[in-house]
Amino acid sequence: MKVRAQIAMVLNLDKCIGCHTCSVTCKNVWTSRDGMEYAWFNNVETKPGIGYPKEWENQQKWNGGWKRHRDGKIEPKQGGKWRILANIFANPDLPAIDDYYEPWDYDYAHLQNAPESKAMPTARPRSAISGERMQKIHWGPNWEEILGTEFAKRSKDTNFENVQKEIYGEFENTFMMYLPRLCEHCLNPACVASCPSGAIYKREEDGIVLIDQDKCRGWRMCVSGCPYKKIYYNWNTGKSEKCILCYPRIEAGQPTVCSETCVGRIRYLGVLLYDADKIEQAASVADEQSLYQAQLDLFLDPFSPTVQTEARQAGIPEPWLQAAQDSPIYKMAIDWKIAFPLHPEYRTLPMVWYVPALSPIQARAESGQIGMNGIIPDVGSLRIPLKYLANLLTAGDEKPVKRALERMLAMRAYMRAKTVDGEIREDVLQAVNLRIDQVESMYRYLAIANYEDRFVIPTSHREYASATYDAFGERGGCGFSFGNGCSPGTDKTNLFGGKKVTVRRAIPIRVEPTK
Amino acid sequence: MRVALGTHLRHKNMSYLNTLLFGVYPYLAGAVFLLGSLARFDRDPFTWKAHSSQMLSNKNMRWASNLFHVGILLLFLGHFVGLLTPPEVFHALGVSAGAKQILAIVAGSVAGLMCFAGLTMLVRRRLNDPRVRATSTRMDIFILLLLYVQLILGLLTIPLSLMHLDGGNMLLLMQWARNVVTFDPAEAVAAITPIGLLFKLHIFLGLTVFLVFPFSRLVHIWSAPMTYPTRPYQVVRQR
Repeated sequence: MKVRAQIAMVLNLDKCIGCHTCSVTCKNVWTSRDGMEYAWFNNVETKPGIGYPKEWENQQKWNGGWKRHRDGKIEPKQGGKWRILANIFANPDLPAIDDYYEPWDYDYAHLQNAPESKAMPTARPRSAISGERMQKIHWGPNWEEILGTEFAKRSKDTNFENVQKEIYGEFENTFMMYLPRLCEHCLNPACVASCPSGAIYKREEDGIVLIDQDKCRGWRMCVSGCPYKKIYYNWNTGKSEKCILCYPRIEAGQPTVCSETCVGRIRYLGVLLYDADKIEQAASVADEQSLYQAQLDLFLDPFSPTVQTEARQAGIPEPWLQAAQDSPIYKMAIDWKIAFPLHPEYRTLPMVWYVPALSPIQARAESGQIGMNGIIPDVGSLRIPLKYLANLLTAGDEKPVKRALERMLAMRAYMRAKTVDGEIREDVLQAVNLRIDQVESMYRYLAIANYEDRFVIPTSHREYASATYDAFGERGGCGFSFGNGCSPGTDKTNLFGGKKVTVRRAIPIRVEPTK
Repeated sequence: MRVALGTHLRHKNMSYLNTLLFGVYPYLAGAVFLLGSLARFDRDPFTWKAHSSQMLSNKNMRWASNLFHVGILLLFLGHFVGLLTPPEVFHALGVSAGAKQILAIVAGSVAGLMCFAGLTMLVRRRLNDPRVRATSTRMDIFILLLLYVQLILGLLTIPLSLMHLDGGNMLLLMQWARNVVTFDPAEAVAAITPIGLLFKLHIFLGLTVFLVFPFSRLVHIWSAPMTYPTRPYQVVRQR
């Protein structure tokens, strides 16, 4: 057993209102720069839809993620190492800028500078890449917002597989949900495997996947390797960039910007312990629908004494073990099993999980339009087809998603009976295999969702100087940098003798004093 | 008398120019190439990259980029082996100078035309595609045009070589290259003096490519990911 810790995330889609605050705050902090205008480390898609970049889930087209060979070995779907090298001059699977959208700005100055005229002056769009006038904008971020575009186009969404999708094109039957997306910080990242330079790596301490900007040579294989298309090629610097899970904040014990600013309080951050020795085995299981269970089996019980001993031996600090026990992620993903990985069939073992949405059913059920299963509405008559959610979250296996939705409905029924009717309905819980303490806890985490419950992030204690968590090496370091210095990727000696001089561009992090 | 002096002066100028361009310039260019690369890698690793623009304009890139890269790699390999292998090795292998020249002409023509087709597409793309043009630096355009001119000069030497197939010219060029890398500039200049202008121009531009190499995107050649196939897929690093 090789115990490692990871900061994982859960997003409760049931409460996402699609306000894009996460995307905007993330953009303001990390990607409001030349070359990254088109890139959204975090974006929110309206589903069903083809998403951003176009049809990112269609791996027949983009060849992202892993594929399993008959002999049980897995290799990147875009090709093994030699194939990747052979494609290095021109990557056949690379999305072009138009697959995302051509970024633009408006000639706002014209509104003030325009000479007197009969017509109102207008601010016309201009490409942020070429600087040329754009006559018509054909695609942009959230082009499909709130079911924009025709159903014929949106229905190319691959999650419609095995769903009679035609009827959902009718106005009466239409459905939608929001899907905020960011880097999954996978256990078996395809981007890392695809990088010819070895510039992308997973951090041992917290599992955050990062690109060493000094080592990246811009071979752009990670962009096509990632099935979630969450690596972006910066055309200005010629290097790839990705979501960094706000590691400067995480290290200080603060939630990521997207989580902190989420007004719906749908995001949770916490520690998961997993067995690193079993990653390859879990990613290689034959049946795609077993991948969800295989990944669940990777996670270790933070309350088990054996796991704790092993974890201490692996050098995981005590606050991290405590955080693993208090982890909201562990509760939702493993204890209650209401959160699922996004597209486990890509075999990347993603670590940003989702609680499926059920909201549209509740009002209809209460008005008697939907069959009731006792006091729980029948999940089969959900407005969002179960199969659609299963295609999104469990490689098409409906059983786990159904159980999760039933548990969420049972929680509501139980709490309603308790607070409105003053009854304790244990029968409701028995039907979905939940204990009273679990459901009370679910209510606390899902409905109340206090800040302290949502974010249980141990700081990377600087005072710890163990072998793994040595902080002394970072004394005098430069915090966050866009390259040039602070990189272990280059030699330590200066070309002209003496100590290496590094450019220090630190972004100060304001740390609130804890109570 | 006056005419003789003028001829003498012209000869003196020519020999000075030959020494400067083919005896001194190679070392200047070589030193800048090596030290410049080292300095940039050490001081500014963030700028060390291939700087692909494929995602801005993907049309025909599979043809253009592959033809160009495969072609130019073959040309580089051909020049390297062809110029620096001692003639004794060829003779020992039973390859005469004439036969080697024919081999060089055939292989060079194929690789050269591949490279030419690819580079023509790439030059057109860089100059005409609004997105690529707008995001190009002056050096990006300069280095591409330099390679283009250099390639055309190289291709133009083929008909010249076809006119004398004995390989004598080639042996002189090989001698120049070997004298340069063995630090014998005087002999190198002596070997190159009788060579035609087209070849000399080609050599001069070739040396210039080395000179500007560290200041351009060509540095990505140093970083060809040769170790990738032997690496495990996953990379885990400590903070």
